[in-house]
Amino acid sequence: MTDLTRTAPIAVPATRRAGRLRAVLRSPSGVVGLVLVGLLTVAGLLSFTGLLPYDPVAQDPPNRLLSPSGEHLFGTDQFGRDVFSRVAAGVGSSVLISVVAVTLATVVGTLGGLVAGFFRGFTDTAIGGLTNVLFAFPPLLLALALASVFDRNWFTVAVAIAVVYAPIFVRVTRGPVLSLREIEYVKAATSTGQGRLSILFRHVLPNIGSIVIVQVTLSLSWAVLTEASLSFLGLGTPPPAASLGSMIFDARTLVEIAPWTMIAPGVAVVLLVVGLNLLGDGLRDALDPRNRGGRAR
Amino acid sequence: METPAPVLSIRDLSVSFRSGGVEVPAVRGVSLEVAAGRTVAVVGESGSGKSTTAAAINRLLPPGGRVTGGRILFEGRDLAELSEREMVRVRGAGIGLVPQDPMSNLNPLMRIGDQIAEALIVHGRAAGKAARARVVELLELVGIPDPARRADQYPHEFSGGMRQRALIAMGLACRPRLLIADEPTSALDVTVQRRILDQLDALTEEMGTSVVLITHDLGLAAERADTVAVMYRGEIVESGEAGRILAEPGHEYTRRLLDAAPSLSSTSLVKAAAPGPEARDLVEVRGLTKVFPVRGAGRGVTDRFTAVDGVAFTIPRGQTVSIVGESGSGKSTTANLLLGLERPTSGQVLFEGTDMAALGRRELFALRRRVQPVFQNPYASLDPRYTVARTVAEPLKVHRIGTAAERAKRVTELLDQVALPAEMAERLPHELSGGQRQRVAIARALALSPELVVLDEAVSALDVLVQAQILELLAELQRELGLSYLFISHDLAVVRMISHRVHVMREGRIVESGTPDRLFAAPESEYTRELLAAIPGAGLATA
Repeated sequence: MTDLTRTAPIAVPATRRAGRLRAVLRSPSGVVGLVLVGLLTVAGLLSFTGLLPYDPVAQDPPNRLLSPSGEHLFGTDQFGRDVFSRVAAGVGSSVLISVVAVTLATVVGTLGGLVAGFFRGFTDTAIGGLTNVLFAFPPLLLALALASVFDRNWFTVAVAIAVVYAPIFVRVTRGPVLSLREIEYVKAATSTGQGRLSILFRHVLPNIGSIVIVQVTLSLSWAVLTEASLSFLGLGTPPPAASLGSMIFDARTLVEIAPWTMIAPGVAVVLLVVGLNLLGDGLRDALDPRNRGGRAR
Repeated sequence: METPAPVLSIRDLSVSFRSGGVEVPAVRGVSLEVAAGRTVAVVGESGSGKSTTAAAINRLLPPGGRVTGGRILFEGRDLAELSEREMVRVRGAGIGLVPQDPMSNLNPLMRIGDQIAEALIVHGRAAGKAARARVVELLELVGIPDPARRADQYPHEFSGGMRQRALIAMGLACRPRLLIADEPTSALDVTVQRRILDQLDALTEEMGTSVVLITHDLGLAAERADTVAVMYRGEIVESGEAGRILAEPGHEYTRRLLDAAPSLSSTSLVKAAAPGPEARDLVEVRGLTKVFPVRGAGRGVTDRFTAVDGVAFTIPRGQTVSIVGESGSGKSTTANLLLGLERPTSGQVLFEGTDMAALGRRELFALRRRVQPVFQNPYASLDPRYTVARTVAEPLKVHRIGTAAERAKRVTELLDQVALPAEMAERLPHELSGGQRQRVAIARALALSPELVVLDEAVSALDVLVQAQILELLAELQRELGLSYLFISHDLAVVRMISHRVHVMREGRIVESGTPDRLFAAPESEYTRELLAAIPGAGLATA
C-alpha cells in the first residue's frame, strides 16, 4: 500500500499517451521486428494483388530446378514454379491464417477470461473446466484432429489454430480481471449504479488491453509455426496453393540437388517468427509501465 | 565534555536517480551523525528522500540510483571504499536492517526460524543447534509467544505484527552496532505499533545498538528518538533534539508539518450539532450483520467469519458519523454494506426509512445517486485510462443526466468545488499527485449531488500536509452542501477533527459510542483507552 504512495513525487515525466509506437521504435529489437514483419507482410500482400513476378502455381516444366538468378530470384522448383513467388504467396497465406486464427482466439479467449474472472461462480467453473480440457491435448494433435475432420481450406486451418490458442487468452486475462474486479475504481463505478457489463467493457477490458496485446504478438509467432507444421503434415491449405510448410515438405527430396527450394521457405518461416517475437518484445517493453522513461534492465 | 566517535557519520551525501536519461537528485547534501547507543529519527513525507538515504547507507540503492557526492563513514570506515565482499560482512553484522513491509520481506517458502538462522550462519555467528537455540532466544526477545513452536512456522501463519517482530529479530540477530528501521511499523495497527516500538526500544537499549529510525510521523519520531532530522525535498531542513524541534520548530516546513499533524489537541473542524430540533436521521442501521464463508481447515469444511456483528447506529443529516477501528474490525465491511456493495446477512440499512435490501433494481439505481463513496487508495480509485473530466462526468453519464455540454459545465463546477484548476480536466491520473487524485475522487462522488458520502479511509494514504487540506475541504463541503458523512478510519486523531459522533469498532462490534469530546476525554471502554494511549506523540501533545 505505502509503496504506491511513494512513486509519485519526484518529477513525473509528462509523457502523454502519444508515444506507444515511438516507444516500440526506441528498443532495437522492436525496430528489427517491425522491419522484418513489415517487409514479409508486404511481400505476402503482393500475392493477393497479382503483382508477383510469376504465378505461384503456374508450372513451367522446361525451366525446372533452375538455380537462383536475376530472372528467378530464388530459383525454381521441380515443376518449374518460381520459388520467390511461391514463398511470397506462402508467407501471404501464413500471415492471413495466423492473423485470422489469433483474432478469433483473442476475441473468444479474452471474452471467456473476462466473463469467468468477473462473474465467477458457475460460469468461471465451466470456462475453467473447458480450458483445462483443451490444454490437456497437445496443441498440434488438437489442430490436426480438427483440420482432418472438417473440409480442408484455409479457414478451417485458422479455426483449428484458434481453438488451440483461445484457452491461453482465457488464462492470461482471467487473473488480472480477478484483481481488477476488486479495485477501487470498479467499486466506485458500481456505487454510481453502472451496470456490470458496462463496467466490464468500460473499465476492466481497457485496463487489461496491454496484456492482451503482448499475448497477441506472442501467439502470432506460434500460430505461424503451427500453420507451417500443419501444412508440412499435409493438413494445411490444400495443394497446389503455396504454403511454407508444404514447400519444405516437397523440398525434402531435393535438398541435395536444389537446396534453394528448402532454404527459401525455411528462412522465410524463421524470419517471420523471429520478427514477430522481436516485435512482441519491443511492444512488451513499451507497454510495461515499469519500463517507462528509460531502458533499465 | 568528550563526545565518543559516532557510529555512523554521513557527510554531505547526495544521491540521484537516472530517469529517462535525466539525472534527478533525490538526496542533496545530507549530513547526519549517529552516536553510539542513540536513536536518530529521519522524518519526512513521501518522496522526501528519507528512504533513499537509508538505502544509501547499506549500499542498497534501487537500480538507477547512485551516490553522486559525500561520504558515509561507519565506525570510521568509508563504506563507499569497501569491496562488495567487505560490504556483505558489514550488512547484517555491523548494520542491521528492519524493512518497511512485513508482507513482502519474508520468504513465504521458508520457515521463520530458518530465515533468522540464515543471518547467523552467513556471518558465522552460529551453526546447527547453537543457531537454533539463538533463534528461539531472539524470537522470545522480540516478544513472540511460544518461540520454539513459532520458529517452525511459515510467514503466512504469522500476523502482520508478528512478522514485523520476526524481521526485527532478523535485523538484530548478529547484534549489529547500528540498526536501520525504515518505517518499521507503518503497515501496522496503532496498538501493535506501540508494543513493537516499545520492544525495539528495550532491545536496542540493552544491546547498546544505535538506531536510525525512518518515519513519516513526526509525533512518533519525537517520542522514540533522541535526535530528529526533518527532510524535505532531499535536504535536511532542520535537525536537533527531539523535544526542542516539537516545542520550537525553527524551519517553516517543520512548523507546517506540526500544524497539519492531527493530534488529540487539534481543534475540531466541524461545529457541534446545533441544539434545537433534532435533525432527522438520513440513515438508520439496525442489527447489521455480515457473515462470510471462509475455507476451513478440513477438506470441504466451510467456516464462517462474522465480519460485522449486530451493528446499529444512525447518521443524521448534515453530520459526520465516524467508525474507528483497527484492521479486521469490520469497519470497511460496514461501509460496503451501506454502499450496497455487499448484502447484509441479517439486519437492515434504512435510508430515510426504506430498507435498502427490499429495493428493486430500479429503486436501488435511483438510491445510488444519494450515496457515494470515496476510497482509501488515491492510486487505485481512478481508472488510469480516464481523464479527470471523463472520470468526474461518468456518474452523470450513467444516470443520463444532462447533455454533453451540460455535463462538461458541471465537471468544471465540481472541479472548482474541490479546488482543482479547470486545466486539470484533461489530465490523466498518473499526471496528478496523491492529493489531487483524492480531490478528483471527491468530485466524482459529488457529481450526483449525493446526500451521504461514505469516506472509507479517504485520507489515510496521504501525507500529513495534504491530509489536512483534504479534511478542511471535506468540512467545507459539508457546510456548503449539507452533506452527511460516514467516515471510516483507523486514525483517532483525524476522526476527532471531523466527526460529530464516533463509534469504536472491534471484532465486528461497536464497543463504544459518543461525541468525540466525550469519547476522547473520558473513554469508557478499555479498548478505546488502549487505542488512545497508542497514538504516537499522545504523551507529548499535552506537555
